[in-house]
Amino acid sequence: MTAAGDRLGPTLFERSRPGRGGGKVPHPPKDALARIPAGQLRAEGPRLPEVSEPELTRHYVNLSQLNYAVDTGFYPLGSCTMKYNPKIDEWAARLAGFAALHPFAPDAVAQGTLQLLWELEQSLAEIGGMTAVTLQPAAGAQGELTGILMVRAYHLSRGDTERSEVLVPDSSHGTNPATASMAGFKTVTIPSAPDGGVDVEAFRAALGPRTAAIMITNPSTVGLFEARLCELLDAVHEAGALAYMDGANLNAIMGRFKPGESGFDVMHINVHKTFSTPHGGGGPGAGPVGVGDKLLPFLPSPRILREPDGRFRLETVGERPTSIGRVRAFVGNTGVLVRAYAYIRAHGASGLTEVSEDAVLAANYLKARLSDVLDVPFSRPCMHEFVASAASLKAATGIRTLDIAKRLIDYGFHPPTIYFPLTVEEALLIEPTETESIETLDAFVEALRLIVAEAHADPDLLHSAPHSSPVRRLDEATAARQPNLRWSAMTGSQTPCPD
Amino acid sequence: MTYSPHTAADRALMLEAIGVAAVDDLFADIPPALRSSGLDLPAPESEAELTARLSQLADRNRVDLISFLGAGAYRHFIPAVVDQLLLRSEFYTAYTPYQPEISQGTLQTIYEYQSLMAELTGLDVVSASHYDGATATAEGALMSCRATRRERVLVGRGVHPHYRETLRTYFGGGSLIADEIPLVTEGPAAGTTDMAALERLLADANGPVAGVVVANPSFLGLLEPMAEIGRLAHAAGALFVSVVEPVSLAVLATPGEYDADIAAGDGQPLGIPLSYGGPYLGILACREPLVRQIPGRLVGMTADIDGRRAFVMTLRAREQDIRREKASSNICTNQALCALAAAIYLGAMGPHGLRDVAALGAARASDLEQALAAAGAPRLHAGPYLNEFAVRVPNASAVHARLVEGGIVAGLPLARAVPDDPSLADALLVCATEVTTPEEIATFAAALGEELAR
Repeated sequence: MTAAGDRLGPTLFERSRPGRGGGKVPHPPKDALARIPAGQLRAEGPRLPEVSEPELTRHYVNLSQLNYAVDTGFYPLGSCTMKYNPKIDEWAARLAGFAALHPFAPDAVAQGTLQLLWELEQSLAEIGGMTAVTLQPAAGAQGELTGILMVRAYHLSRGDTERSEVLVPDSSHGTNPATASMAGFKTVTIPSAPDGGVDVEAFRAALGPRTAAIMITNPSTVGLFEARLCELLDAVHEAGALAYMDGANLNAIMGRFKPGESGFDVMHINVHKTFSTPHGGGGPGAGPVGVGDKLLPFLPSPRILREPDGRFRLETVGERPTSIGRVRAFVGNTGVLVRAYAYIRAHGASGLTEVSEDAVLAANYLKARLSDVLDVPFSRPCMHEFVASAASLKAATGIRTLDIAKRLIDYGFHPPTIYFPLTVEEALLIEPTETESIETLDAFVEALRLIVAEAHADPDLLHSAPHSSPVRRLDEATAARQPNLRWSAMTGSQTPCPD
Repeated sequence: MTYSPHTAADRALMLEAIGVAAVDDLFADIPPALRSSGLDLPAPESEAELTARLSQLADRNRVDLISFLGAGAYRHFIPAVVDQLLLRSEFYTAYTPYQPEISQGTLQTIYEYQSLMAELTGLDVVSASHYDGATATAEGALMSCRATRRERVLVGRGVHPHYRETLRTYFGGGSLIADEIPLVTEGPAAGTTDMAALERLLADANGPVAGVVVANPSFLGLLEPMAEIGRLAHAAGALFVSVVEPVSLAVLATPGEYDADIAAGDGQPLGIPLSYGGPYLGILACREPLVRQIPGRLVGMTADIDGRRAFVMTLRAREQDIRREKASSNICTNQALCALAAAIYLGAMGPHGLRDVAALGAARASDLEQALAAAGAPRLHAGPYLNEFAVRVPNASAVHARLVEGGIVAGLPLARAVPDDPSLADALLVCATEVTTPEEIATFAAALGEELAR
């Protein structure tokens, strides 16, 4: 028994007692539903839990305390950009003027939000070097789908119907090939070069009249700027294909590299990474997409338009027939976009440039300090993140990356991303972000140093880690073999309304 | 303003440890030809300046108007406890729970969300959430194609126009076909799904049907013959995908009861602010045999090595980071914080409170119907509705615009949302919920009466 066990509590359903709770809305007249045919009504009420507000509050506060979060500690999760989420952004999104605005509000009464969204589009287009931006996609993966569907529409609009393939490097995010499939393309996976970069020759060999697009993450998923990008983009365009940039790693390059200026035709931006909207335990995010001139006609509808008199309006249904259409309901995750807007306005050009510089500086500092602790496969200066590897440690001690990750939890740190990218053995992808102090970075180095020493002295301590967390390693095999995906023993809420 | 903790001395220390003279040296890999000229953006602002700017922008929106808008996004009372708990930053500043040992808070809340939605929908399996109702509906339709290995779905014209358009976009990449089922044009069933047309579409030679997608209540607020639609779909070997509104499920027959295989909908009415369209909550649910076809994250109950109950993301072999191009969808994130909001809301309302929300909305809608009819704007359709319905108003768009000037958002001019249905040209879609007051209804009816008398 560890000290941790006592921190777990009952489920909401186990807390339920008939007759608790209530009082939030007035009661309806008794005959409120009398005009609805009986066959359309639910046979019996839903078995929802009945809890008082004090119990409800304690339930969720206790649960929150089982979470690790950016606000509780260092979260160097590579590829995820777990930076500090400014509090003013939370405040802004909750202003009644933003939060209470209905998505079908007439343009005339939505001018504040429309102006904010239009200005945000301009800022993101400037940061990405793109002609225009759509804010509609709800997440990075949906941004990818939006971008690749626009690529499809572009080729078809030119009568070019043979382009059925999307090329991705083997180091790409899983969403890239999954997106290509979803958009009806065949994915061709290209192996990386030994230096971790794209293998331009291999891409050249695969490019041809069937290539619709390449999808490149730059800086790459190993944290390196693609040094041969010019050659690659030239080859892509020579083949009549388009270049998609996965903008997951934009936090490294603001003010120094604009994908659109450099020849990328389309990119998505994860505002929940670079522009610090909170990750929310897995969402919501937003995945705006920037395009160059070629894809401009195909942007999802509705776009936000600024009239000559300075007023803003949404495109009407069918106004731009070349559009790929909607990718979701309404205009986008506006509440998230208000936060991103606030973040960009706070920083301005100088602040965003400094963000990228500090993110890259912190990553290189950690990489330098860890180079005698773990393997660091790529010695070039990294961007905002870098790959370390436990391959040598595993050979010497049997300790794997997973064990290191779990032991870091005992030292009070969230583990880095592990076993990604797939191209590096026993990978740890470490992204410190720009908002962590040098003291925190040093403490993280010290923890890894101690863990490597433990790997030699007491490997079982690591095999069985974590020891201090609310729960220990989980039985994931049984969870998948006999899935229990819902609480089914709910009782008690079939009683009549207490008041 | 930045949030950097680094002093000049810190930066110097870091550069020295790295062994470079300047930060510029770290960017040497960017080919000179590709280096950008710098950013042209507005100047940075202090928090005080930014606070004023954001307040001014928010104030430019008019959220003080009397509103009868619904049409897929609904104004409801949100108990204070919902937002207070959402502000626990252990929830909102955490990432996806990939490390379950230190993510039990998020994982348990998702499991509880799945359980609550399973109870509301009457189905077995609920995903950890999708982006919104439109994308959940599109994913539900794609699921039906995978499960049946067929390539054609039928989508009712009573499904929200944004959902239908999103579904078309999602189908735009491949060989899949989405055909629309028309609505009955006249008589007592006007505005609901045309059953004879559905039978014809299910039988026609355009290809066997994978799924039939119908909404209840429909976009026009009408209740559909869901059980009969399900029977027809199943007789043709198709799956039945029901598009639902979650508050209504406190009182209306559930997808489980009328034998739907998949349910999709938007969870926004469950304690999530309108926020001009998002972030909302895509609900996607299915029967147990389809569990390996459902896209998106799932959280399951298991135990840790000491036997303590614990929760973990499971059945991950469906997902993009494992399966890559063979994944069931490219979806990566869910809307975890919105799912949490919905779960807290349901916990705060309880079963009786949720029923009261649905029934009080229905009662207010009855009052609204009578008041508008008396003012000269009768209902457009005759069939039963819950809390939303269309009324006939000559020159609806112009009348709507004038009422806005008078401080009333008279619902949605349907010609704006569904321009391809001439029967809706002179109609407003109006909605009442538990927050609609008798005074608001009287003000609206009086103003509309004056407009119609002009």
